[in-house]
Order: sequence, then C-alpha cells, then structure tokens
Amino acid sequence: MTSPTPARPAGLPLGLIVPGKPHPLLAADRSPHWAALRDAFAVAAQRVRQADADLLLLYSTQWLSVIGHQIQADPNPEWVHVDQEWHDLGAIPYAFRMDAAFADAYQQAATARGLHARTVAYRGFPIDTGTIVALKLLDPEGRLPACVVSCNMYADRAETLVLGKAAADALQATGKRAVAVAVTSLSNRVFPEPIDPAADRLSSLQDDEWNRKLLEFLGQGRLEDVSQLARDFSRQAHADQKLKAIWWLGAVMGQHNRYEGDVLAYGPICGTGAAVVALKPAAKAAAAKEFDEEDVEVFRGDRSVLTPAAGEGPAPQPTPAPPSPPPKPAPATSAPVMAAGAPAPVGAYPHARRVGDLLYLSGVGPRQAGTNAIPGGPIRDPDGAPRDYDAAAQTRATIENVKAILQAAGARLEDVIDVTAFLVDMDRDFAAYNAVYAEHFSGIQATRTTLAVTALPTPIAVELKVIAVAPK
Amino acid sequence: MSTPGSIVAGFLAPHPPHLVYADNPPQNEPRAECGWEELRWGYERARRSLSDRDFDVIVVHSPHWKTRVGHHLLGVERFQGLSVDPIFPNLFRYHYDLRVDVPLAEAIAAQATEAGLTTQLMRNPHFRVDYGAIIACHMLRPQWDKPIVVISSNSAYYDFSNEVGEAQMLALGEATRRAIEASGRRAVLAASNSLSHRHFTVEPAIPEDMTHEHIYHHGQYLWDMRVLDLMRRGQTRQLLGLMPDFIEQATSECKEGSLTWLLGALGLPGYPAEVHAYGTVIGTGNAVVEWDPRRAAPATPPPEARP
Repeated sequence: MTSPTPARPAGLPLGLIVPGKPHPLLAADRSPHWAALRDAFAVAAQRVRQADADLLLLYSTQWLSVIGHQIQADPNPEWVHVDQEWHDLGAIPYAFRMDAAFADAYQQAATARGLHARTVAYRGFPIDTGTIVALKLLDPEGRLPACVVSCNMYADRAETLVLGKAAADALQATGKRAVAVAVTSLSNRVFPEPIDPAADRLSSLQDDEWNRKLLEFLGQGRLEDVSQLARDFSRQAHADQKLKAIWWLGAVMGQHNRYEGDVLAYGPICGTGAAVVALKPAAKAAAAKEFDEEDVEVFRGDRSVLTPAAGEGPAPQPTPAPPSPPPKPAPATSAPVMAAGAPAPVGAYPHARRVGDLLYLSGVGPRQAGTNAIPGGPIRDPDGAPRDYDAAAQTRATIENVKAILQAAGARLEDVIDVTAFLVDMDRDFAAYNAVYAEHFSGIQATRTTLAVTALPTPIAVELKVIAVAPK
Repeated sequence: MSTPGSIVAGFLAPHPPHLVYADNPPQNEPRAECGWEELRWGYERARRSLSDRDFDVIVVHSPHWKTRVGHHLLGVERFQGLSVDPIFPNLFRYHYDLRVDVPLAEAIAAQATEAGLTTQLMRNPHFRVDYGAIIACHMLRPQWDKPIVVISSNSAYYDFSNEVGEAQMLALGEATRRAIEASGRRAVLAASNSLSHRHFTVEPAIPEDMTHEHIYHHGQYLWDMRVLDLMRRGQTRQLLGLMPDFIEQATSECKEGSLTWLLGALGLPGYPAEVHAYGTVIGTGNAVVEWDPRRAAPATPPPEARP
C-alpha cells in the first residue's frame, strides 16, 4: 500500500547560523559591522517567514547545562533580561511562545536515543541572551513558537550529534516543520578591554582566516564538511563551545552537503567572529570531502556514574565492574513495502524491506505500474526476436520506479547510498544509461556497481538494485 | 583620623544550590527533606566562628557572574528579584532582596584600575544578581543584614592561560585589600568556588538521595585533600605554585579565580586555615574554609618571658 504524500511535509525547510551577542539587537547603530549583522538578521527573518514552518528550533551555546540537556517548555516565558557582560547596552524585555508539546516530544526522542534530557518550565527561568537575540531578530512579530535546547558543557561530538538526531526524530514524530537555528559565534575571542565599536575588528588574523574558511564551505552548502572541521577549527580559532552548535545543526539537517548556502553577513562583534548563514535543502550536493569523524546513533556515555558500584545493593564489590553494555537491540524490521506506483513484482518478494534505518529495494526495471508497458520498448518481441529499444528511456523509467518505491517507504532518491545496476548489453547501452543516471544521481553520490548480465526476467535492458538510508 | 579598614575573615565559600535547597529557607521555592549535611553543618560552624567578630560588608567573588571584558562589580544600591539557577532550576528559585556597598565597590574598582586591570561598574537596575553570589552570601549570613560587594569572574584563565589568570587575580585581591583598608570597612571576604569540579551529568530522581553522592573520581579526591592539607598548614604559596596543575588535573573551579583572589587579598597567608567542612555535591569537591587574620598576629609573649 502506498503511503499518502503529505501536502506539506515535515522536516526542515531552512537552517540558520546566527550570532548570539546582543549588539545587533541593542547597539547596531554604533558599528557598521553590527548594523550589517542586524540587516542580515532581517533577511534571515524574511526567509523564516517564507519557510512555512511550524516552529523555530534553537540550540544556543549560551545556555549551558550540566545535567544532560534541558529543553525549554514554559509556554509563555516573560522577563526583562540584562546580559551579564554587556549590561551597559540596556535591558531586553521579552515575552515568547514556546512549543511545550514539541519540547516533550524532543525530550522523549532524546531519551530514546540514550541521552539524559529534561524539560524545564519555571517562572523566571533565565533564558540566555543568545536565544533572546535570535528570537527577537528572526521572528520580530512573534509569529512562531520556539523550542530551545541547552548546550551541555561536557557533551562531546557524539552526544551532540545524537541530540541533533533526536530533534529530527521529534520533527518526524510530530509531523512538524521547523527552522533550525544554531546560535553561536564562530571564533569567540573577545577583546579583553573596551573597544571603539566603530573600529571593531576580528581579534586575530588567524581567527579571521579560519572563519572565512568555514564560511566558504557554508556558502557552498557544505554543512557536513564544516561539522567535520569543527575540531580543527576549535584548536585554531578559540571556537564558541567547540562549535557544538554546528554539530547539532548538521545532525538535525541530515549530515550531508546538499544545501544552498548563503552567507548573509560576516563581521566582528568585539573581536569575535559573527556570521548569519542560511542553508536551504537542495537537490544536489557540493562534492563531499572525505569524512574522518565517526557517526553515532545512540549515546552510551557516562550515564551510570551515579551508581557507586556495578549494581545496586548493600554489598559493595571490591572492584567495581564496568557497567554491562546495553543489550544489542534487535533489528527494527517493518512490514514489507509495496508501492502502488511501481510495477508488480514477478515473484514472491516485496518492493522493499526496512531494517532499522536502512531500506533494501528489490531489483526493479522500467515496466509501468498497472500496464507493464516498457518505456523505450521491449528488447525482444513475444517470439523472442530482438527489437530495437531506447536504453535511455528504460533507464529513466527505472529510476522513476525506484523513486515510487522509496516514496512509499517514506524516503527520497537523495537517501540512496548504494546502487547496483544490471545491463543486458553493456557495449550497446552503457553510455545512454550512464548519462541518464548522471542526471539523477550526480548530486547524490551514491556508490554504484554496474554489471552486465545475460538476461533479465522480463524483456527489459536495465534493472537497478538500491539501498537507502531513511530514518523512520 | 579614621580607623583603617580590615579584612576580618576570609572564606572559601562554595555555592552549590543544593545547600540552600536542603536548608529550606523561606526565600527558596523548592522544598527538600535533607541532604549534604557535612557542608551545611560546616557553614553553620563558619557562621558560629564569625559570630565573635563584627563586620560591615561581605565581599564575594563569584564564578557564576562571568565576564570577559575586565572585572565587573555591582554598582546599584539595592537589588530585588527572583534568581533561578539555569542548571538546577528544580533546586534553586530564590527570592532575594539585597543591598550593595556601592562606595566600596567603586573603591575596589578604582584600586584595580590603578593596578592596571580593566574594571567596570554594573549600573543596570534590571540586572539579575548571579545565583553563585546569592548562595555564598546566604550560607554565610542568611539574615542578609549586611551589604555586599559582588565581583565578577573574569575569563583570563580561559582566554589566555592559567598563569595570566593567576596574576590578574592576585592583583585584584591586593587591590581589594587596599580599598578595604582605605574605606575603614571591616570586611568578610568570600571566594565562592568549589575545589575539584567534575560534575555528574545525571541527577537522582530525589536530588537529596545521598546514596548517590560521592566524588566523581578518586584523583579529584586526592587533589582536594592535597590542597586542603596545604591550607591547614598555612602553605598558601606552595598552593599557589600547584594551582595550574590542580586546575587542569582536577577540573578545579579555582580556574574561575576566586580562591586566588582571596589569597591575594589576605597577602598569601602563612597561618593555618580552619577547614570547617569538606563534602561532595554531584561529584564535585567542596570545602568551607576560613582564614582568620588574627592567627597571623605574633603571639604576645607571656609576662614571665618578657625581659
């Protein structure tokens, strides 16, 4: 059965990176750099309006936590805020709307991935300056509710990635669309003495160079590449909280480079590197660099540390045993996938099968659903005599069938990671097949193997066997 | 001629919100059954010890007012409000009403500026006083009948190095002492940092369930004992020499500079400190320690020993 196509899909139509210092909000007129950043915030705010989102989803490096991660769930926080460092710039009255239901969903998704997370809803809770600045400037009319998650001071890359993936889980579970916002500086070295705002500059040439390197990548949409560079950046440029916000944003948005990147502004705020960057999902990716960092699905950190020994109970063990590893979860298999928009199988097999986040597709050719007609013509007539046929048209139709099956399983062609192609006549058809393939897959960069075979079960010239990654 | 001011006592006065939470004062919204008694009773001993001295003001250096452009001091006479700990909002939501000794704050800032440090008075009346300062002052003087001075924690240790941070904090401590002496005030100083400072990142369902409370790891404990031993022996110069290693190896909150500021203000005391308590709070090592400058005065020889 085919899953209905949502008219307005859940997910992330837009990602933003914004600085959290209060100067663009409170003192933009004192410095051309701060004014440029404020103007860029205004452009970003326009993109937020166009994104047709249900909420703003923020990670702020200025909200530090120790006990796991905290998620703001007070539906109507209201206060008059003064920054602890830049108190001379003035007070910021605020009254925000938070999406408490989404905060609960996020907390549950984080817990399911092994994180310690809790919601907080207390009158007078000190919402951090970064969150306030971002919400004030990105949604000045207060149209959207927000969800804000803290930056755990001990969290490493693995924990932060899992936190980002949990946000994506929550979006999927709630069917909501969010603009994801990473509130962070790039380099974060502040001049230790007061400066003339009009003469503000980056605190060092090295910081400036590293910031520009990141921004060059971000302008090309290479968010995952920047995420992979974060550790190097931190070592070199005094990064804001190790650039954890970029790890989080990359994980929320799918850990790839398929974005249209737009650096709306870059400049100093009291020596730090401040940038406003917009990232919009795109069909094609910039060429990916080789990734060195590990990927993590579930957090398995120091969560057993409260227990003095391996187990609860009155008799302490002389040597604490290491905690038992959590039981390996059984593969999460789901029902076989059958797609109404794809040709009927010619044997006892489904169109696809899910194991965890992986989708395995059966081999599929160009036949049309319902009619079994073969675009480009069959390779032989009913008597077995060879016929002329259009390999390009067959390839195109085959890819459309792959898309139909993926869609029925809640995935897209962009989620494909591996393709095995079967051609009945490599010498005749490879060039045409290869050209059509490139039209669809060049931005996806799935691995591929192409084989020549003597025959396929129906009179077709092309068949594809596909594996995709598609979190439920 | 006015009497010169003096430091009547210096305290290492850590600020875990758990201590206020477990004390159940009327100002704090959450209620507890018990918890962290060693430290709370240690604060009781400290208050008792202080009861034989009159004083005019508490000057606190607080790690939870973090600043990067110099050292900031509260510069408004009175603050009222609600302080909610952003890390433990379930434990600390405290209604405060406090007075600030603004002239002394200005004098300290002036002395520090004279010593080459960058300083700034915080004049915004909407400012929310940091919870670290409130907790330390509450635990030392819950009556809130004395004005306070609050000094921020500058990030020189992080932005430059432990050594640069130490030098700044010693200078700030000396400037604080000079300002107090010039002011005629009798001041109690509170350095509000923990010792070892690696936290657990999870919390028991009942926060005051003491079956879960212990030091995060033994190395922290060994470092804390070494540091406390030096304090008890009056070997603060040696302690200062070890401080960078302590900070790095025990993830010590001394990296916020409070203890070094206090030692600078006290002139690197060579007399023994009184350790009123040591205990852990969610894995961090905390001690309530008192330096009583009267112990530095040379003992008056007995009459029969006089020439």
